[in-house]
Amino acid sequence: MIEEAVAEAHRRGWALVLAATMRVTNDLDLAEECVQEAYAAALQSWARDGVPDQPLAWLTTTARRRAMDAIRRERTLRSKLPLLLEPEATVEDTVMDHPPAEDHDDEIPDERLRLIFTCCHPALAQEAQVALTLRLVCGIPTPDVARAFLVTEPTMAARITRAKKKVSGARIPFRVPHGAELPDRLRGVLAVVHLLFTAGHTAPSGADLVRADLVDRALHLARMLRELMPDEPEAAGLLALLLVTDARRATRVDAAGRLVRLPDQDRALWDRAAMAEAHDLIVAGLRDGRIGRYALQAAIASLYAEAPSYAETDFAQIVQLYDTLLKIWPSPVVALNRAVPLAMVAGPEVALAEISQLDLPGYQYLPAVRADLLRQLGRDAEAREAYTQALALTTNEAEREFLTQQVDG
Amino acid sequence: MAQYAVLIYAGDAAHGPDATPQDTAPHDRHAEELERSGALLAAYALTPRDLATTVRGDAITDGPFIEAKEIVAGFYILEAPDLDAALAIAKLNPVCQMGGGVEVRPVAGGGPIQRG
Repeated sequence: MIEEAVAEAHRRGWALVLAATMRVTNDLDLAEECVQEAYAAALQSWARDGVPDQPLAWLTTTARRRAMDAIRRERTLRSKLPLLLEPEATVEDTVMDHPPAEDHDDEIPDERLRLIFTCCHPALAQEAQVALTLRLVCGIPTPDVARAFLVTEPTMAARITRAKKKVSGARIPFRVPHGAELPDRLRGVLAVVHLLFTAGHTAPSGADLVRADLVDRALHLARMLRELMPDEPEAAGLLALLLVTDARRATRVDAAGRLVRLPDQDRALWDRAAMAEAHDLIVAGLRDGRIGRYALQAAIASLYAEAPSYAETDFAQIVQLYDTLLKIWPSPVVALNRAVPLAMVAGPEVALAEISQLDLPGYQYLPAVRADLLRQLGRDAEAREAYTQALALTTNEAEREFLTQQVDG
Repeated sequence: MAQYAVLIYAGDAAHGPDATPQDTAPHDRHAEELERSGALLAAYALTPRDLATTVRGDAITDGPFIEAKEIVAGFYILEAPDLDAALAIAKLNPVCQMGGGVEVRPVAGGGPIQRG
């Protein structure tokens, strides 16, 4: 019972408690250490006194007190790993004037936002941003972060340590960017969350198609961003995209772990609640008139998902949405994805001509789409050759097995 | 406040022996703006790559240390509260709009040597 309460508080409030504690410490490592100690202390204290009415407030107060004690004992620690805050109240004022509280305190959500923007700062390499986000925003232990990205624990520990040193050594501020800075910086944050989701949605390697732990973490982050930045259309767009994409999780592989293509998936098993939530976010975004790349991708995915059957999908509208997306994001990957519905509207020959101009070296889905179009045209020998090329570029086992069947069959 | 070095990378330095006021105007104007902002602690424009000489071990060779499309054309030291503030200033350098760029790195220590 107590272990479950602490685990729930960890899952729900790690980022909140850590971000609030960082306001006291100005120090990434110290804040993290104090938060970990607070959660450990909760195991004993709550077993003795019962779970407090406001568990997160208890944890935050405990962590911040430990932080203040540590600061008083070791003033030099601050000079070793300084983390800049914008000019404001002293440590004592911060704690006394703003007692920690859950949800309704305006300051607390902003703390988590600062944490996310710090972890995803463009001065850090994207792989460092992802690692730091998992470690600090999600509170995932380093060994699990290492497993998530299929690297050794020492390698991931070194990556996280180096990133933390860059944050402190280069004096990356613990702040939310504002004004003209915000759009670019938010784009970077959303890209990290999207990358996390993509790595989980179709694992780059290994036997499983889906890495559920990464997908769930990405959804959690996207939801957090949406809640913290309700006026940002792209935060809503990303959440919608992840929701509607993940809604099909249960049907993407069969009982034996084999890949199931979209037309063959059992639509009855899709997560209708997630699709409905995504739909509402998309409609609200369209009503605003400020439509970005994530919202457009979400609208496309939603049209695929909401059709009663694959054959009844509104491919013409999907092509139009891809045209709109290409205007704001002229990417060869988008152009490739557009070729699939285009084949349904204008025929595989037209789509094949479109993708022949694309420059996507090493991108496995280019030969895979080409192979499928060739198969539709009855050019089986060429299709098999293209499937072989796709197979050479694919590392996920479920996808490899699917492609192998196309080559052999 | 922290100090940051801004290393200016460009195809070549604008301030050469044959440079005209028109060549150096954008950079000189930017330097004046920086000076007025109060953030500037020191600034230096370097001569073109033709005047560079490199020492590697015991060997002395003609040209910059690394023969690259861009070389260090100048550098300056600025004072800023954090990296975001430093980057906001550094990105204003006209070289960023001329195909080059700048590297921003925190200074560990040092400064002008006082002469007795």
